[in-house]
Amino acid sequence: MFALRRLKISKKMIEKKELPPLKLSGLEPLIVTKESNFINIGERTNVTGSRAFLRMIKENDYEKALSVALEQVQGGAQIIDVNLDEGMIDGVEAMVKFLNLMASEPDISRIPVMIDSSRWEIIEAGLKCIQGKGIVNSISLKEGEQEFIDRAKKIKRYGAATVVMAFDEDGQADSYERRIEICERSYRILVDVVKFPPQDIIFDPNIFPVATGMDEHNNNSLDFFRATKWIRENLPGAHVSGGVSNVSFSFRGNDKVREAMHSVFLYHGIKNGMDMGIVNPSMLGIYDDIDPILLEHVEDVILNRRDDATERLLELAETVKGDGTKKVIDLSWREGTVQERLSHALVKGIVEFIEEDTEECRKLYPRPIEVIEGPLMDGMGIVGDLFGSGKMFLPQVVKSARVMKKAVAVLLPFIELEKSGASASAGKVLLATVKGDVHDIGKNIVGVVLGCNNYEIIDLGVMISADKIIKTAIEENVDIIGVSGLITPSLDEMVYVAQEMERAGMTIPLMIGGATTSRVHTAVKVEQHYTKGPVIHVLDASRSVTVVESLLGHKRDEFVENIQAEYLKLREYHEKHKTAKVLLSLEKARENKFPIEWRAEDIQKPNFLGVKSYVNYPLEKLVENLDWTPFFQTWELHGKYPDILTDEVVGEQATAVFADAQEMLKKIVDEKWLEARAAFGLFPANSIGDDIEIYNPENPSEVIGIQRSLRQQTSKAKSASNMALADFIAPKETGIQDYIGGFVVTAGIGLEERVQVFEKDNDVYNSIMLKALGDRLAEAFAEHLHQLIRKEHWGYAPNEDLTNNELIKEKYRGIRPAPGYPACPDHTEKEILFELLNATELSGVSLTESLAMYPTAAVSGWYFAHPDSKYFGLGKITMEQVEDLAKRKGKPVDEMARWLGSVIH
Amino acid sequence: MKGIQEIIKERILVLDGAMGTMIQKHTLTEEDFRKGWFENHHKSLKGNNDLLSLTRPEIIEDIHRQYFEAGADIAETNTFSGTTVAQADYDLQDAVYDINFHSAQIARKVADEFTAMNPDKPRFVAGAMGPTNRTASISPNVSDPGFRGITFDELVVAYSQQAEALMDGGVDILLVETVFDTLNAKAALFAIDTLFEKRGVSIPIMVSGTITDQSGRTLTGQTTDAFLISVSHIPLLSVGLNCALGASMMRPYLQILNHQAPFGVSAHPNAGLPNEFGQYEETPELMAVQIKTFLEEGMVNIIGGCCGTTPAHIKAIADLAANYSPRNLPA
Repeated sequence: MFALRRLKISKKMIEKKELPPLKLSGLEPLIVTKESNFINIGERTNVTGSRAFLRMIKENDYEKALSVALEQVQGGAQIIDVNLDEGMIDGVEAMVKFLNLMASEPDISRIPVMIDSSRWEIIEAGLKCIQGKGIVNSISLKEGEQEFIDRAKKIKRYGAATVVMAFDEDGQADSYERRIEICERSYRILVDVVKFPPQDIIFDPNIFPVATGMDEHNNNSLDFFRATKWIRENLPGAHVSGGVSNVSFSFRGNDKVREAMHSVFLYHGIKNGMDMGIVNPSMLGIYDDIDPILLEHVEDVILNRRDDATERLLELAETVKGDGTKKVIDLSWREGTVQERLSHALVKGIVEFIEEDTEECRKLYPRPIEVIEGPLMDGMGIVGDLFGSGKMFLPQVVKSARVMKKAVAVLLPFIELEKSGASASAGKVLLATVKGDVHDIGKNIVGVVLGCNNYEIIDLGVMISADKIIKTAIEENVDIIGVSGLITPSLDEMVYVAQEMERAGMTIPLMIGGATTSRVHTAVKVEQHYTKGPVIHVLDASRSVTVVESLLGHKRDEFVENIQAEYLKLREYHEKHKTAKVLLSLEKARENKFPIEWRAEDIQKPNFLGVKSYVNYPLEKLVENLDWTPFFQTWELHGKYPDILTDEVVGEQATAVFADAQEMLKKIVDEKWLEARAAFGLFPANSIGDDIEIYNPENPSEVIGIQRSLRQQTSKAKSASNMALADFIAPKETGIQDYIGGFVVTAGIGLEERVQVFEKDNDVYNSIMLKALGDRLAEAFAEHLHQLIRKEHWGYAPNEDLTNNELIKEKYRGIRPAPGYPACPDHTEKEILFELLNATELSGVSLTESLAMYPTAAVSGWYFAHPDSKYFGLGKITMEQVEDLAKRKGKPVDEMARWLGSVIH
Repeated sequence: MKGIQEIIKERILVLDGAMGTMIQKHTLTEEDFRKGWFENHHKSLKGNNDLLSLTRPEIIEDIHRQYFEAGADIAETNTFSGTTVAQADYDLQDAVYDINFHSAQIARKVADEFTAMNPDKPRFVAGAMGPTNRTASISPNVSDPGFRGITFDELVVAYSQQAEALMDGGVDILLVETVFDTLNAKAALFAIDTLFEKRGVSIPIMVSGTITDQSGRTLTGQTTDAFLISVSHIPLLSVGLNCALGASMMRPYLQILNHQAPFGVSAHPNAGLPNEFGQYEETPELMAVQIKTFLEEGMVNIIGGCCGTTPAHIKAIADLAANYSPRNLPA
């Protein structure tokens, strides 16, 4: 007896030792400490409690069901309860499907999941779907100890916490005594036998309805509270939860009374130690806000304070019927002044009321231009500030710009009428994509961002010659010229623009931007050609405002001096670095070619030879090959898909743009906005030195084209080779017949017309969106076609089975290098590629004078199939190789030197 | 002799460096991956490095030896892709037992040799269990987000086979590493825990996650602290981070584990980030400088290297680690 008591004491003492808190996780952690307030568990994704949700699941409308989940998270749920127990539903299948879908929505899956079912197989199926630490709801002693132990062990092994119902072999606990008896017994088994962490145990001591009219129910809430208090004091670590809406069951239909009952119940429950609960946050009032009379009546019932409490509440309930806290779209901002409304619409990007608000505002001001200069510019000022401080992201800014443009469109006719003509802009900026280049997404974004900051933008569009840029700049008296381009020949065109500006005696700043441009290129190649004015590289659209502000502000000289000093340093560094780099002679580089042991069995004859084309290729087949990461880069949202959707900084915006993209993508596919076409061909080929001879399929001795490849010349560590694409094709002297392929794909047929519709409607956001999606679809088409080539047309990998991610990571055999990209930076190779494929006629893609492809949503390249073929970057080459190439191609050396400018050492 | 559970409290243990980087130093041909075992296999096997434990065991043995000579306490077996899931790409599911068993035996033999030479510094073998090339938490199909390329149950079967063969081969530790999807890791832990119960024996387990970039999250989106919570249900020897990042970029996430983990903490970073040619360039000296800050702050119990690290890196790390005390383990 004595010993037993001592044992008990020491056990208690051990348990008094500070236990770690309950730690749960979704994508993010949730730690339940003594200090954390009540944890609310979202209950609407429960078919037993929500008819609407049940209908969605039954009708297989999982998209809508997911939106219920999202609403719960946004409504403040910290854990989400999922229950799919219904006779007509295959619970296991539905649970797996719903949890998997939830996992794909980072906004939902960031919080832990509570897997709620009365059937163990559904719970276990659910546990196999969640990467975080969730909660099982629930297990109990109902089926006996052994089953209870087995399940608890499994739950522990799956890494979840568990709810334990106050239920045993004899039934559900309905009194205070039964509650604590069952909970204590469950706790001892879990802690002592299963070694379940005590902090991972959550008791549900049964919340039963009150005010049912049956006297034995009157104490239901009080018993729950007392049991809760006992558990928290006597079962160390354990938590208490429960399904709160049960308590008000008898007042179904009277949401106002129900809400008050829930609030009161929680208020007292929490006081007694209930630290979690399944609630509907949108059906929960604030305790202090409850009407005092209602509060008194409800508390009488919950706390069983008087015998006639139920009748009195029923009576009162008749008079307080109401919908409770109904959720509506918040239109309270419509009550502000018209200026406030304009500002709100701009900041939030709401187009809905902008036209009527602008019109209303116009009547308040003597001159329409003052609406722009006043409230509209003020609103855009806020947008600019928020963007500048990183509180708004590009897609939002573009939406704001759309609202602005719509407002201006309303005012424009009146301004014209007035012929005031005066501009109050902060400065005039001319923007153009240079001659030979048609890529303009980035330039358009810069236009929008600068426009938002009150600069007047003259956008000349794409393929603009230096003459036209300079002529317009002088005529319009602009303050700054900004040129942009994506393809490498554009770099040289920018140099030319700089030279021409110098010749024209100009002094205004020249801004250089675009994906292939760089600070180093601007410093080393452009700046010295334009000595009378500053030349500045702008990394991305978000920097453009600061740069333009600095260039036009009073600290201009200081800014320009700093930049020039920086560029000078870059030039000096580059010069030093350049001389340090060792390049091999062409002969030496050729001796170190990539070694392939040529064996006939490594080469597969294509299933067809010659040229084929696709028109109207089904877009839906391309959608699954989309690589989203570059799409976000277009929007200056940096991060990898899908991680970017949950990124702390840009996640929210990325998710929003992604949703818009999905919506447009659906339209593109369903309404056939764009057409995808392809021209591709497979030909016999052999290499001779650095050239690849391509033969007529009908007559393999006739050469129909030659691919001239460039060879790496940088000095390599031993065992590394100096590669050229020709190394991947069997040399003629081996006597082995090899093959090569080529392709041109586009997803941009019809794009221009659509873009114009958007631009006419001043909808820059959707115009950029469409172009970005067009580019992605073209890339996806290239990926998709390459797969078809490998599996069918060429057929060297008929059994390949790769996921999209593996495709993006290029885990297949063979490569498809594109002329103009690192392995073959020579754009002039596109000419022979297009000729071989009759590409312009078959695919509708043409080449500009700078050999950019038009429409821009296009990709072209060669196919190499040898198992050892791989991508490489050419790096720098010597003039010796340029001369050699010019000779091989029969072109003037200086022309080839111009094309290859950026890779010449 | 003291077990690893005691030694980890006394000093910082050094894990070996990259296996793949060392294999790449040999110019291997298709034949090297077939020799004696898969001569007539219908698929190309080049690049399936785990097979070398069978076809060119002397290469693997030599790599283990070099790392032990450099001062490593723990060698990782050459079994990163030794699951039926990963081997399915090569149609070599049937070779999984042999790969793991023999890889474990090779490392065991070298470890025992070194222990015999210097019993004061016992050497250990950790059975490496990679993430497989599939993910149980993300759909590979953009238009069907509910789809999964692999299920939890399939992963449990695959990991059970691997763990069983590794234990048969005599490993001291099981190392679930490069965890980019925590659900995959939970399947591995489920398999291991079940296997321990079946065999009536348990050995220490290490778990090492991979934070993909500066977002501080795993590929499947979990933050470092959420990852830790999600694998803490099984008692571990250590939890840590490896791959994807170099030491200095890994530091903030390692700090989270240091502050919160109820187990030992391990780190085996890459030798910096790959350059545009996919090569790791960080020198042993440079890497050691960064790792020094981990040691000075007492952040780790186990330290080693991942992609791009060599015996020279491990030697630099081991020399350094000898001067510092390990992170205090929670009681």
